[in-house]
Amino acid sequence: MSSFTDLSLPTSEDEHWRYSRIADLDLATYEPAPTPEGGAVDVPPVGPRSALVVIVDGRLVASEVDAALEAKGVTVTSGGDVAGIRGTRFDGVDALHDHLVPEVVTIDIPRGVVVPHPIVVVQSLEAEGGASAAHLVVRVGEDADVTVYDHHASEDLAALVVPQTELDVADAARFRYVNVQAYGPRVWQLARQSSRVGKDATFSTTMVALGGDYARMAVESTMVGKGGSGAMRAVYFGEAHQMHDFRTLQDHVAPNTSSDLLFKGAVADHSRAVYTGLIHIGKQASGVNAQQTNRNVKLSEHAWAESVPNLEIENNDVRCSHASAVGPVDEDQRFYLESRGVPPEIADQLIVLGFLDEVLEGLPVPDAVPALRHELVAKLARTES
Amino acid sequence: MAQLTITGLRAGVQGREILRGIDLTVRSGEVHAVMGPNGAGKSTLSNVLMGAPGYEVLGGLVTLDGEDLLELPTWKRAAAGLFLAMQYPTEVPGVALETMLTEALVATGKASGDVHALMAAEAERIGFDERFLSRPLNVDLSGGEKKRNETLQLGVLQPKIAVLDEIDSGLDVDALADVSRRVEELTNQSGLGVLAITHYQRLLTVLRPDVVHVLVQGRIVASGGPELVEQLEETGYAPYLEEAEVLDGALADPFADPFADPFK
Repeated sequence: MSSFTDLSLPTSEDEHWRYSRIADLDLATYEPAPTPEGGAVDVPPVGPRSALVVIVDGRLVASEVDAALEAKGVTVTSGGDVAGIRGTRFDGVDALHDHLVPEVVTIDIPRGVVVPHPIVVVQSLEAEGGASAAHLVVRVGEDADVTVYDHHASEDLAALVVPQTELDVADAARFRYVNVQAYGPRVWQLARQSSRVGKDATFSTTMVALGGDYARMAVESTMVGKGGSGAMRAVYFGEAHQMHDFRTLQDHVAPNTSSDLLFKGAVADHSRAVYTGLIHIGKQASGVNAQQTNRNVKLSEHAWAESVPNLEIENNDVRCSHASAVGPVDEDQRFYLESRGVPPEIADQLIVLGFLDEVLEGLPVPDAVPALRHELVAKLARTES
Repeated sequence: MAQLTITGLRAGVQGREILRGIDLTVRSGEVHAVMGPNGAGKSTLSNVLMGAPGYEVLGGLVTLDGEDLLELPTWKRAAAGLFLAMQYPTEVPGVALETMLTEALVATGKASGDVHALMAAEAERIGFDERFLSRPLNVDLSGGEKKRNETLQLGVLQPKIAVLDEIDSGLDVDALADVSRRVEELTNQSGLGVLAITHYQRLLTVLRPDVVHVLVQGRIVASGGPELVEQLEETGYAPYLEEAEVLDGALADPFADPFADPFK
């Protein structure tokens, strides 16, 4: 395992890594994380759940599935067949993931099964100075219905984490996936999430990025079946010197598919945020409706956000729109609140939380929202104005 | 007894002087109307009083009960007892009316028990649908609903002096009656002083002013009793425009679209 430092990483010359902090990554400062000792893991407050899956430093350490669902064939398995990881391998970071990943954790929801409560996945980090990678696969069978709440968190430790998640949404399935990233402030994340959406399936992915030092998330959603739809949502908040880096791809292969992306973020202090996203409409994909919106609010003159939406369309019969914005708190909104007697610093807090709430209020796990709002309020309170 | 005193107020936007010396005094319980054609400086007056961004004070003094308002940030002007009902209330996505009013009452030391009950009572008085109370501020409200919303906040915040900037625009007859009745109640019951800025006479047929001022090209060129409203109805602003020095050579048209950009 010592050879992982020899892997050649991409550079910021590479288009996909433009604006990134990949050049700051020094693999030699990390050791591959050892097998976890299995300490206690905090489960986030998300209300009732149908299953719990605990992954520490990339390894499945515990799982429990509601007995009724187990009887219907819902399973959580882990296996060593890491060579079987499919999906396009792009660059050295994929190679790094493949090198570090100890096993593949798979959640299977068989055909037609409706899972009443969220399946909660907790991914935590234990090894100080460790490098780890989890590989999670969620397979949602035909006409099945499920919500997965995938919570990534750690104490304040130095770590490199390279998680990858594959989400398979079979024909007519309904799958709502939520990823919360609440790592400590010294964690580096190079994450990738890919989904395939089948015929008439409905998929949504929502990312809430709170933690990390440099936290990158590449999200690809491929609409492979006619009539499928996918929603991508994200909310992110950078403080201190954090950087949140999102790369998205809405890839429409099949006709009559739709996708809708809304990413909203805030950058405070000296933090940075990048959003670059592509809508790709293939030759066969007629009747597609695809949208992409990214808005950022900049809370400090030292903060920085970049927003680059792109379209690549090979079929004329489509409806596409994209919008992006980076700006300070709207001064008319601030004036309106101030004119009623609200001090400007509180007005700004209310406006920023309101701005981000457009994503949170639609979170498919409503019971998780109060704690996430609370976390945003706490982050906002910590920022220097 | 509260008193708003405006003395020799001069103000502008981007280096252009719009208000060229305004003198006005509004006391508790009084209703003052400021009327004027497009471009006279009506909105500038209301915005400068509240400290809106983008406006520049060039001279003069504004005090509320002796306190120099122009030295205060906007929220402290509100805390001192000034309220501005805006011509175009701003939409603030994700911020509920109740949240804003609660923060405002806490910050200005007027926090009372149940903000929600206060809001509900005010909503009923002015016929504002209660289901709007939990909505984000002004989002998806019609023009008339926005004005009712401004009036509701006026009732909850209970300021000493309220500046109503074209509160009649966008209101249908019923809403105009509801809003005016509530403003008049507040002047009688809690001694609210009102500075109602308007382009049209119709507000003043329901909200009876004690004093009417004619604002033309940044100056008050006439003040009088309610009879001035009737006189304006007959003559329009033309006689006043001829009196005022027409610096740019362009006469404002009293029948022009009141929503047109006056600076175009």
